[in-house]
Amino acid sequence: MKECPKLVELGRRQFLRGGAVAAAGAAAVSVVAPTPARAAVPAARVDYPANRLANIKDLKVNEPMQVNYPDIDSPGVLIKLGAPVDGGAGPDRDIVAYSTMCPHKGYPLSYNAADKTLNCPGHFSRFDCEKEGQQVWGHATQNLPMFRLTVDGAGDIHAVGVDELIYGRTRNVLNEDAVSLRRG
Amino acid sequence: MTYKSGTDQLPIPPKDAKVQNVTCDFCIVGCGYKAISWPVDRQGGPKPDENAFGEDLTQQQGAESAAWYNPSMYNVVRQDGKLVHLIIRPDKECEVNAGLNSVRGGRMGETRYSDQTGTMTARLGQPMVWRYSQMMPTSWDDSLSLVADVTRRVIEEMGEDGVIVSAFDHGGAAGGYENTWGTGKLYFDALKIKNIRIHNRPAYNSEVHASRDMGVGELNNSYEDAELADTIFVVGANPLENQTNYFLAHWVPNLRGETLDKKKQMLASEPHAAAKVIIVDPRRTVSVNACETVAGKDNVLHLAINPGTDLVLLNALLTEVVNKGWQAKNFITQHTSGFDEAVKANRISVEDAAAVTGLRSEDIRKAAQWIAEPKAGGTPRRTMLAYEKGLIWGNDNYRSNAAMVNLALATWNVGREGTGCVRLGGHQEGYVRPSDAHVGRPAAYVDQLLISGQGGIHHNWATDHFKSTLNAEEFRRVYRRRTNLVKEAMDSVPYGDREAQLEQIVAAVKRGGLFSVNVDILPTQMGEAAHVWLPAATAGEMNLTSMNGERRLRLTERYMDPPGAALPDALIAARMANALEASFRRVGNETYANKFKGKFDWKTEEDAFMDGYNQHAEGGKFVTYERLRAMGTNGVQEPVVGFENGKLIGTKRLYADAKFKTDDGRAKFMKTEWRGLQVAGRDQQKEKYAFLINNGRNNLIWQNAFYDVHTPFVRERNPVAPIEMNPGDMEKLGLKAGDLVEVYNDVGSTQAMVYPTPSAKPGQAFMLFIAPTGQVGNVISKGTNEFMIPNYKNVWANIRRIGHVPSADAMSFKSIEYPKGL
Repeated sequence: MKECPKLVELGRRQFLRGGAVAAAGAAAVSVVAPTPARAAVPAARVDYPANRLANIKDLKVNEPMQVNYPDIDSPGVLIKLGAPVDGGAGPDRDIVAYSTMCPHKGYPLSYNAADKTLNCPGHFSRFDCEKEGQQVWGHATQNLPMFRLTVDGAGDIHAVGVDELIYGRTRNVLNEDAVSLRRG
Repeated sequence: MTYKSGTDQLPIPPKDAKVQNVTCDFCIVGCGYKAISWPVDRQGGPKPDENAFGEDLTQQQGAESAAWYNPSMYNVVRQDGKLVHLIIRPDKECEVNAGLNSVRGGRMGETRYSDQTGTMTARLGQPMVWRYSQMMPTSWDDSLSLVADVTRRVIEEMGEDGVIVSAFDHGGAAGGYENTWGTGKLYFDALKIKNIRIHNRPAYNSEVHASRDMGVGELNNSYEDAELADTIFVVGANPLENQTNYFLAHWVPNLRGETLDKKKQMLASEPHAAAKVIIVDPRRTVSVNACETVAGKDNVLHLAINPGTDLVLLNALLTEVVNKGWQAKNFITQHTSGFDEAVKANRISVEDAAAVTGLRSEDIRKAAQWIAEPKAGGTPRRTMLAYEKGLIWGNDNYRSNAAMVNLALATWNVGREGTGCVRLGGHQEGYVRPSDAHVGRPAAYVDQLLISGQGGIHHNWATDHFKSTLNAEEFRRVYRRRTNLVKEAMDSVPYGDREAQLEQIVAAVKRGGLFSVNVDILPTQMGEAAHVWLPAATAGEMNLTSMNGERRLRLTERYMDPPGAALPDALIAARMANALEASFRRVGNETYANKFKGKFDWKTEEDAFMDGYNQHAEGGKFVTYERLRAMGTNGVQEPVVGFENGKLIGTKRLYADAKFKTDDGRAKFMKTEWRGLQVAGRDQQKEKYAFLINNGRNNLIWQNAFYDVHTPFVRERNPVAPIEMNPGDMEKLGLKAGDLVEVYNDVGSTQAMVYPTPSAKPGQAFMLFIAPTGQVGNVISKGTNEFMIPNYKNVWANIRRIGHVPSADAMSFKSIEYPKGL
């Protein structure tokens, strides 16, 4: 990374947590009344936390900000690209976030501002930040996991999901009890 | 929209999951993998005592974790009739790849056949024959008796030369010792087939005749030698994309200086430094870029040679080495012959060579210095000389190959640690067959025989000439016409009346028709013209042995069932042989029937292995499946020389004793005078057309893309095969990234998708070889060298726009090079 890494601001809000669990519980209770709702029918998919990563005004065009999502052990970058792209969030559809562990062997990716790519110094794989993390060239057998973003009226950017398996995990959220869950 | 699998978690293998040895299906490197499988209704847990890895999977895994597997490595398949989860992940314990996977081998999980997840459901699962005007499913007995009867009728009418065969001769999937022996015993023992070709070229010949004629087998070192070399000299190869993990796990550490300790320890009496590398290639490949990234520009010499002039460079390097007195005098005197004659005949000055090759004189001198100048204290330099298709399929194969070996012998860079004169290879190897001496040399140019109307039946084992030949347009046109004659004839009488069918087929053959039998794992382009499809099993659906580029022999264990009724090729060959015996016996030809008698009783692929490799390969008598299984993914390097304390004993490098494979044990130097572009018409083509149409592989695609066309992750990057073009050339022709262009010349025309490539030289374009969506073979003229080796590389053509690839807009067209200074 060219600039100093910024510490991630993990989302601390109990975003939707109580509501989501209650709703799921209500649905389950009518079917399997005697057991606790959460344990009765485990979810078939991972529940992702909604973490505040930054505010739009914190971002400068083409200067990546280091973030972590869905937890502190999973590094990523948040980038305002300066032009709209597929999968881009925000009013200009130009804000994107990616995992920066190479999905080949987990080496940390470096951002090349000149062509807006993330690059692996270990084995030379390259991912296009303007094309949803498409591998331009490399050894990963998948494209780069992209963190799905929402931007609220105040300009706060939240990561709310991931579209591909993150390197080094058999489950994108390792411990759902330890993070703020967003279901639905 | 960029393809994502949407996977958020994967099942975890329980502690008692089954673990089996796998060698990658694909390239020569043969990376080690493990197949991990367990019943579909069970799962392991994230705690160390709950999973097969013994790892705490509640924690983020670090880089290069042996416990991480990804969606491409996972599938649900059948194993002995039961559903299992399957993970095929690279093996950290394997010395070849040390846990690395390429983008090709890493997808073995998702390229398995699975009815459950829908992957590779295009696989052939039952025999199919042409009847009722289409391909129809049928039984093995029915399809093989038809093949046998037609083959017999053709032999009765035309002799065995009427039977034309195309067959793999390599290792890895669609090959291996079992299957080359099975097909070899059928065609070279029971029958004596002369008109036979190999999967990627139109004749049955070695790509390295010259090296073998000089007494130097082409795979003579160990991958470890790339870690020990002072200099790596590589001609016409792109190892980062084609021998990926050999390059990453063995070359890169040496270029980075990470093997210095190993060098000092193993070769204590001489000075050491990080390796230098010389790459001869008209094109700046990602290999050149990666070498510069890890070794620094000063330690990388890219000789961007004029296409087709490698021979001149190699002769000039030999001349310069001798002028400087850097040759290995004692070695030459004691262990070689013909040195003086070769040096005299091949003499060319550096300046004259510079004029022909387009290189700078000082760069040629620097290359000679890096290859041969003794190290401080006078110890000989250790240089590994490597080459592949740029030389093999370039101009004047025989002499260029010989010139490379001349240089290695003159500098004694064969048989010592840190040296070797090796081809880098394409597929793995897996050749054991009865003698092919009757095929002759030069071998028959099979594709020209087919074009000229010869032969009555074509047995085709896992080859697709429609993609992998030269003069491909004419080949396709004629092949379709000839096979259609037979299809129409077959349609004229009911299928169930075999005698009437045979009469019609033979009559059509006499009118120029051709009956075509296709044995493969997937439908192919040439298969569309065939009358019979026979479904084959691939590696892992059968036990399969092969060796890699350092002669490392391993067993891939059977970890899943083949689709439907598919069988290993060796057993298909055996059944075909038994059907031929029955057919000849039925018509009373006992003499012919007896040619097959008792030779094909194999029940399993292991039977074929024991009959073939164990009985016929050098050192084969020591080798069994059980012993190989125990050797795991590291296997043993051929030739095997013994079995001691429960382990097979192999051979690390050849010619360590300086005894070469000639009658007198001396390696032979060869005269290799330059004679220009060997194939007639290429000089004129060069004058007439604007672009060199260089061609080769790229990182993402294996072989002719037989799996990749079914894989969305790859298809997205290759909706049409790319052509790399210089941006200035694109501007002149009004082309944009993703435009569909026609490539055309005096031979034919084809198509490709423009990929802007700033590092491409003006006037030099590069196409993907044997791509399904634009065969470069269409524009390659039929000329070959004196031994029927094609010159696929030195081809010129014009380029014009014919449209835009619709899905190209979702593609990234950024440079494939790792950025400088990052």
